[in-house]
Amino acid sequence: MIDFTEEQLERYSRHILLDDVGVAGQEKLLQAKVIIVGAGGLGSPAALYLAAAGVGTIGIVDSDVVEVSNLQRQIAHFSADIGAAKVESAAAKMQAINPDVEVRTYREYLCAANIRKILAGYDFVIDGTDNFPTKFLVNDACVFLNIPFSHGGILRFNGQTMTVVPGQTACYRCSFRSPPPPDAVPSCAQAGVLGAVAGMLGTIQAAEALKHITGAGELLTNTLLTFDARTMAFRRIRLKKQESCPLCGPHPVITELADVERTVCTVQ
Amino acid sequence: MQITVNGETEELQEPAVNLSRLLELRRVESPEMVAVQLNGEFVDMTNYPTTFLQAGDDVDFLYFMGGGSS
Repeated sequence: MIDFTEEQLERYSRHILLDDVGVAGQEKLLQAKVIIVGAGGLGSPAALYLAAAGVGTIGIVDSDVVEVSNLQRQIAHFSADIGAAKVESAAAKMQAINPDVEVRTYREYLCAANIRKILAGYDFVIDGTDNFPTKFLVNDACVFLNIPFSHGGILRFNGQTMTVVPGQTACYRCSFRSPPPPDAVPSCAQAGVLGAVAGMLGTIQAAEALKHITGAGELLTNTLLTFDARTMAFRRIRLKKQESCPLCGPHPVITELADVERTVCTVQ
Repeated sequence: MQITVNGETEELQEPAVNLSRLLELRRVESPEMVAVQLNGEFVDMTNYPTTFLQAGDDVDFLYFMGGGSS
């Protein structure tokens, strides 16, 4: 049992007051390890909330540097950070919010060759990546490593998210078999995105991580939550673990990690 | 014939509508950016032409959504 300091009891008092969290839940948070893939639109709010919540160890993976066009939605990065590594910029804000937290930075591009080593040992993964090859890679690696994770996607005014508990609930490939053809994919860079939509989605993902760690409530499993911020219509689409899933079904055809086309891989 | 599409009831005016036709009727511009679920089961794109809808069917279009980091 952790001996909370007076400062910690005060800092986490609003968690401790919650019946479903309490001192025991806060202790679990301080001992937990969560890794965020992508320090961008989704990863920024997730990183700040998880740090504020006192998640003891937070990994953050991103190979990019901060650009001025990021600042409209990637709220961990400030104007003065332009040109800085996103992981360093995010880590500085996380530490500033909460010195209790150990931040581990990975300034790398995730690929089949490095993902196992990076994700291994974490209790939960937040997918805040911007491209489908990496989203599928994160799904596959989490299934192989048996790590629960939150999928997230945003485009224009829309967001979608689901939580996957490998072996128990539908994985991303159960519904989205393989990455769409690269030329069919509009990215935020091409199609645009309302900045606050990134915050809406990223904070849902952070909440899922906190729920998983503390055991509070029910995870967003076997469900794709989608919303359209133009009308603020939210919809839950029931999903189920598919017998025909090429990854987590009873007759898998994907048995090892592989990079999909267009995933540029440079292992340092 | 009534079916449910994305949670909303829809009256199909034509007979023998397959999933390819439903995607057209719903004006889905990039079918390759959509995964289709019929009564909770994933349907492979190659089976859209041979998958004909029945009264009471429940169809969901799941959109591929990236975004996030860059």
